[in-house]
Amino acid sequence: MANTTAAPADASHDGSRRDFLFLATGAGLAVGAAAVAWPFVSSMAPDADVIAAGAPIEVDLTPIQDGQIVNVFWRGKLIFVRKLTSKEVTDMKGVPLSAMIEPAAFDSRVKNGHDQWLVVYGNCTHLGCVPIGHQGNFEGWACPCHGSQFDAVGRVRRGPAPINLPIPPYAFQTDTKIRIGEMGGKGEA
Amino acid sequence: MSGTASTYVPKSRVAKWFESRLPIVGLVHSSFIAYPVPRNLNYFWTFGAILAAFLGIQIITGVWLAMHYEPSATGAFNSVEKIMRDVNYGWLLRYAHANGASMFFVAVYVHMFRALYYGSYKAPREVLYILGVIIYLLMMATAFLGYTLPWGQMSFWGATVITNILAAIPVVGDTIQSLLWGGYSVGNPTVNRFFSLHYLLPWMIAGVVVLHVWALHVTGQNNPAGIPIKSGKDAVPFTPYATVKDVFATVVFMILFAWFLFFMPNYLGHADNYIQANPAVTPAHIVPEWYFLPFYAILRAVPDKLGGVILMFSAVIILAFAPWLDTSRIRSCNYRPIYRQFMWVFLGVCFVLGWLGSQPPEGGYVIASQICTAYYFAHFLLVMPLCGLFETPKPLPGSIVESVTGPGRQISGAGMPAGAAAAPQVKG
Amino acid sequence: MAMTRVLSTTLAAAMAALLLGAPARAEDAHGGPVPPRVSWSFAGMFGRFDEAQLQRGFQVYKEVCSACHSMKLVSFRNLAQEGGPHFSASQVKALAATYQVKDGPNDSGEMFERPGRPADTFPAPFPNDQAAAAANGGKAPPDFSVIAKARTFSRGNLTFLYDWLPFVGYTEQGPDYIHGLLNGYKEAPKDFQVPDGGHYNLYYPGHIIAMPPPISDGQVTYAKNDQGQPVVPETVEQYGKDVSAFLMWAAEPHMMDRKALGFRVMLFLIILAGLLYYVKKKVWADVGGEVHGLQPELHKAW
Repeated sequence: MANTTAAPADASHDGSRRDFLFLATGAGLAVGAAAVAWPFVSSMAPDADVIAAGAPIEVDLTPIQDGQIVNVFWRGKLIFVRKLTSKEVTDMKGVPLSAMIEPAAFDSRVKNGHDQWLVVYGNCTHLGCVPIGHQGNFEGWACPCHGSQFDAVGRVRRGPAPINLPIPPYAFQTDTKIRIGEMGGKGEA
Repeated sequence: MSGTASTYVPKSRVAKWFESRLPIVGLVHSSFIAYPVPRNLNYFWTFGAILAAFLGIQIITGVWLAMHYEPSATGAFNSVEKIMRDVNYGWLLRYAHANGASMFFVAVYVHMFRALYYGSYKAPREVLYILGVIIYLLMMATAFLGYTLPWGQMSFWGATVITNILAAIPVVGDTIQSLLWGGYSVGNPTVNRFFSLHYLLPWMIAGVVVLHVWALHVTGQNNPAGIPIKSGKDAVPFTPYATVKDVFATVVFMILFAWFLFFMPNYLGHADNYIQANPAVTPAHIVPEWYFLPFYAILRAVPDKLGGVILMFSAVIILAFAPWLDTSRIRSCNYRPIYRQFMWVFLGVCFVLGWLGSQPPEGGYVIASQICTAYYFAHFLLVMPLCGLFETPKPLPGSIVESVTGPGRQISGAGMPAGAAAAPQVKG
Repeated sequence: MAMTRVLSTTLAAAMAALLLGAPARAEDAHGGPVPPRVSWSFAGMFGRFDEAQLQRGFQVYKEVCSACHSMKLVSFRNLAQEGGPHFSASQVKALAATYQVKDGPNDSGEMFERPGRPADTFPAPFPNDQAAAAANGGKAPPDFSVIAKARTFSRGNLTFLYDWLPFVGYTEQGPDYIHGLLNGYKEAPKDFQVPDGGHYNLYYPGHIIAMPPPISDGQVTYAKNDQGQPVVPETVEQYGKDVSAFLMWAAEPHMMDRKALGFRVMLFLIILAGLLYYVKKKVWADVGGEVHGLQPELHKAW
């Protein structure tokens, strides 16, 4: 094994075969490294039980009174479910679009045929504090952190919050039950 | 750092600018590219690289597992099961970490056997070798701490047995035990702090490994002939020769790792550790993981509790004295015909001790453990000193090249490139 | 020297005799019989779970075992995932809804019960271990989530030498033990004392098990095939196999992923090792080839 004399028969042919071998091996190592990296990245994605716990939830609307705001959690985020009084509905329908920071018609805030029900995420769109209900000048919420105010259907009326309270995906299963987390069902616009 | 002058010359202006401020590229070049390595190394010498790879694997899989693991007595077992079931590729991370620990120990035992067989512990490599013993002790501590974390029956009772052992130390034993427990028995504070320490120790291992490689580069590698590099042809630059050999050996070792990980993931473990820890029920046979079995046999060979503890720790510590216990001036067992036989017997005794550690401590097994423990210490305290004095070694070859080609024959090809030092300078 | 060679070979032979002379009967280390080895569909490198068997096994668990044995780490949704019984999502939703699950506290501060959802875990039959023990003669029935990995037996002292090898390896001790146990209730031998509340079982360590024979022939009615004929016999032997396979899946739901990925990884590594071997040879050819191996003068020594 030790006494090989040099001088291969065909230097150039040997050279390109050798290059191919090196290239193939290098490529194999690179592919291996990438394949090893993938499970580590994937394991940081939400795991199966977090995803399962984030499945849609159902909320029974029957115990909620006129004017009452109820807190529910979905995917760890706070959601306000509010039953508007008829006065609040009328007032909200009457607000001109020019008076809003992010103009949004009343019908875009509620589901078809369910004018008194509002479902919005419960975090101020400025920096995320939870605004306090039945406060402020717009029959809605006022945020204690920096003074933003939202009206009864969650539209921002005074800053520094830039946009209206976002609406999560939800749908009415029956007139008294909503399912937060998925679209579809009775009354979907 | 290695004593050889760096032959690295930065090419671009940016490289020159950086090198004059932090000469790290030159350091990597002189340590892992131009560094001379004996050309006759066999595959025993690839296990250092394999060990480094596995330290990396354990740290990375461990950090990733720590993203999901819950270090509490109530949550630990379930969090491990959550990793196995719900985390994407969690089962892969967990099995990689558990089987990686076993592979780490397989590699370290091969590495240690190489040191003993080829005399790598002898002058001038004593500090290198002792750093290795320190790494081994840290590995044992890390593995013990890690095994308690799943909070199975073996985790809990193994922790109980070993922390009870520490109480046998006179004067400070009870205090040490109480500080480790964080309570009156193994419990929630224990698993919490064991997790913290298990996360800490591998970084200490990494630090000692840096010292270990530094010490190695001062003296240069030993080799199967046990004689130093004399001329340029005796050595080859580390890259690409040792590099490609190390990568090849690591990939082959990975095949063994992959076999256990994917097809026998629980073979090296213990079924009882899939039962949640129960302080009211002791398993029929408490056994540590396989890599601790020889020491477990030594511990139980002595009827006295403190005596067993002392003997068990001595079995590891005595390794550190090998450079001074061995009186032979010949390093490699290739040229020590008598001592070589004793080395194989010693290896056999270690295997038997390991097997005895898995058996119940009764009757013939205890007597066999005592005999084997006596032989284990006799190897260090009698065979090592006496063999060197009375053995007639085989004549050493003139050079490394001569050791493998025979006297008078040539070897083709280049050795170290001209301009590089023939061997790292050895001081003193 | 010839003397030392004789010495070392004798010593080696003595050690071999010591180890291999251990009784090599099909008995475990404590002298009890060893459960018979079942040919599982999921065993070996290419093993796969049999979906129909897992579904039957789940039926046995649900109708018989779940009365006493919890399975707290398994969720209903796991029954629908790949590599398992693979029920449909709607079947799982309907099944979950048949269970009442504790939830709460509600806004009045009270715990309440509600129908199960796929994300819920199987509700336990007892609220805690103490209640389980009190209702079962002082011993709580173990949880089944990982029981197929938590049970094993030894078959003699040296089987560990080859149990890990490909093709001859053996890793299904858990399901074999469960299947053996369920079929292992026999009359106690004449001279064996069976204490009150205990039952004689061939494979349980110590032979006295607190659980009475849990299942009998015909107790669970499996679905028939299209011709109205039974697909498998409704015997304890079959129930044992089906529920053991189900419990193996419950303990290791990702086993098929693991084996499939393992095959690809092993193939990749073997090919890569081959490529690296040739790369190594080519690289070392520049310096005259590797020169390790048994040195010439040592050839004469042996």
